Amino acid sequence: MAKQSPVPDDIDRPFWDAANEERLVIQHCSACDRLQHPPQATCYQCNSPQNLTWKQMSGKGSIYSYGVVYDTPVAVLQPQQPYNLAVIQLDEDPGINMYSHLPGAPIDNLPIGGRVELVFEATPGTGQKVPEWRLVG
Amino acid sequence: MVEIITNLPPELYHSQEGMGVWPYRGKVAAVGIGHTPTSRRWDERAETSVGALSIMALRNAMADAGVTPDQVDGLVVVPETTTGAYWPAGKQVNEDFLQMFEQTDDPLDGVAKLSPEWIIKNMPELTNLKTAWAAGTCTSHALTVAVEVVGRGLASVCLVLKGWHNYAGRYYQGGANAEPTVSGPTKYSAPWGGPACYGTAQQFQRYMWKYNKTHDMVAPFVINSRRNGLLFPEGYWAQHRPEPLTAEDYNEARWIAKPANLYDNDIPIMAAGAYVIASAEKARDMKQKPVYVLGHASDRTRARGIALTLEEVEEACGSSGRKLYESAGIKASDVDFENMYDGFGLFHIFHIEGLGYAGIKKGEALDLFQDDISIEGPHPVSPSGGNIGSGRTRFWLHTDSLQQIQGRAGARQISKKAEIGVSGGPTPTGGNFIIWSSTPD
Repeated sequence: MAKQSPVPDDIDRPFWDAANEERLVIQHCSACDRLQHPPQATCYQCNSPQNLTWKQMSGKGSIYSYGVVYDTPVAVLQPQQPYNLAVIQLDEDPGINMYSHLPGAPIDNLPIGGRVELVFEATPGTGQKVPEWRLVG
Repeated sequence: MVEIITNLPPELYHSQEGMGVWPYRGKVAAVGIGHTPTSRRWDERAETSVGALSIMALRNAMADAGVTPDQVDGLVVVPETTTGAYWPAGKQVNEDFLQMFEQTDDPLDGVAKLSPEWIIKNMPELTNLKTAWAAGTCTSHALTVAVEVVGRGLASVCLVLKGWHNYAGRYYQGGANAEPTVSGPTKYSAPWGGPACYGTAQQFQRYMWKYNKTHDMVAPFVINSRRNGLLFPEGYWAQHRPEPLTAEDYNEARWIAKPANLYDNDIPIMAAGAYVIASAEKARDMKQKPVYVLGHASDRTRARGIALTLEEVEEACGSSGRKLYESAGIKASDVDFENMYDGFGLFHIFHIEGLGYAGIKKGEALDLFQDDISIEGPHPVSPSGGNIGSGRTRFWLHTDSLQQIQGRAGARQISKKAEIGVSGGPTPTGGNFIIWSSTPD
């Protein structure tokens, strides 16, 4: 689904570069052994920048919840309504979640807890790829 | 020279459990309420600008309290006035507005935002004002700051102001939402295009799955809120569109972000509201019966992920309930009525479950809604009607709470006793909440 292109910055550039290589990486603090998303300059828990690295994820997750959007304020998405908007939890840590339009899924009546896998989608603005998720099984 | 404070120290807020009873319990009171006419959008006249409305509300609040302007020594202003409408880039501020009001350095002050400076410049009658605070986002925050600074003796008669502007055009359309790229922290959410109510909608979807509930069970709450709103003469629906809402209207309304439909959202309007908060000592000599503050609580929860989850909301609401009762030195069963925020109606459910209002636990609010939640009943829900009933202001909940305790809620006066109430918001996370009482102890 065509969407706006996220613009990388100095903190999160590795996330978006990895996305262009079709890899999902999440920030990890080795001192706290804790994942965090969205990316920050420091670990949210210990406040240090020093132990933050990027860990590649398996690309497996599940649907935490969802809505079906009928009235978005975002211009480029308006012609594509209604569309699914799901919250996906990662298998590695259900506390890490992100959004998905669930490409290929029927609109509405989605399985909460349903299994999904990672796919990548290029966005028209800058070509930046973004992580997306498809239902499996 | 008035001292203007914009950095509010964290000590002002009861944001952790275990902080005990509020040290100023019973020593601070609300003594005046001021409102203005409401309208759907600005008609571009100086007299109806958000600045003009704000001055009107403040003067009305002082008159209501029987306070003269020279008695005021504190002022708390909410700087943001947008409902989701933004001043078009390049548009000039109206000439008649510039003629009518003094300006600050910011040309949009008084039309698209408010600053304490703008109020001070345009209300020269506040001759003994010593300190002004800018408290962001909403009325609940501003009231919390006011009750805390009066408690601490930093002010003894303190005005509180929240103003709203709304312009032509659809809600949140244009601007960044029309660009091909997204920069900054919203890049992880904005491209996926959830409307403002989406967060609450997905939490409610999860709620229905978790507790085996359906959306139509919400209908009695929305109908009750609109009914109460039509009994609120200061509100938008009563003034401009006195239309009752039926279950059919609610259940057949168009979706915005399913499971949130049109009536699970509030209507943006223009209005201003103001309050006078005073020390209990000074409150004794004022016109209205004082409404004492027993305690207050604030939430500072941050989502773990991009999306705030239902579980995080439930935990936040439960914690806010515990903090409120600890701060006020009361139990849940002491609360006679609740006016928690309802800007997205569905999260009212989470707020009242967190309070344990009417003895409910998590997952039971919708069952409560099938019972008698009217103002005539044993456990009135949102007797103010909130934003659902009167339009998006974030102050109906506070005004009604004060009026209930003062016995001047008019047609909305609840049948049972109104001695202790709670109001606050906006959202389950990041909100501020106050316990009000007819007596100081």
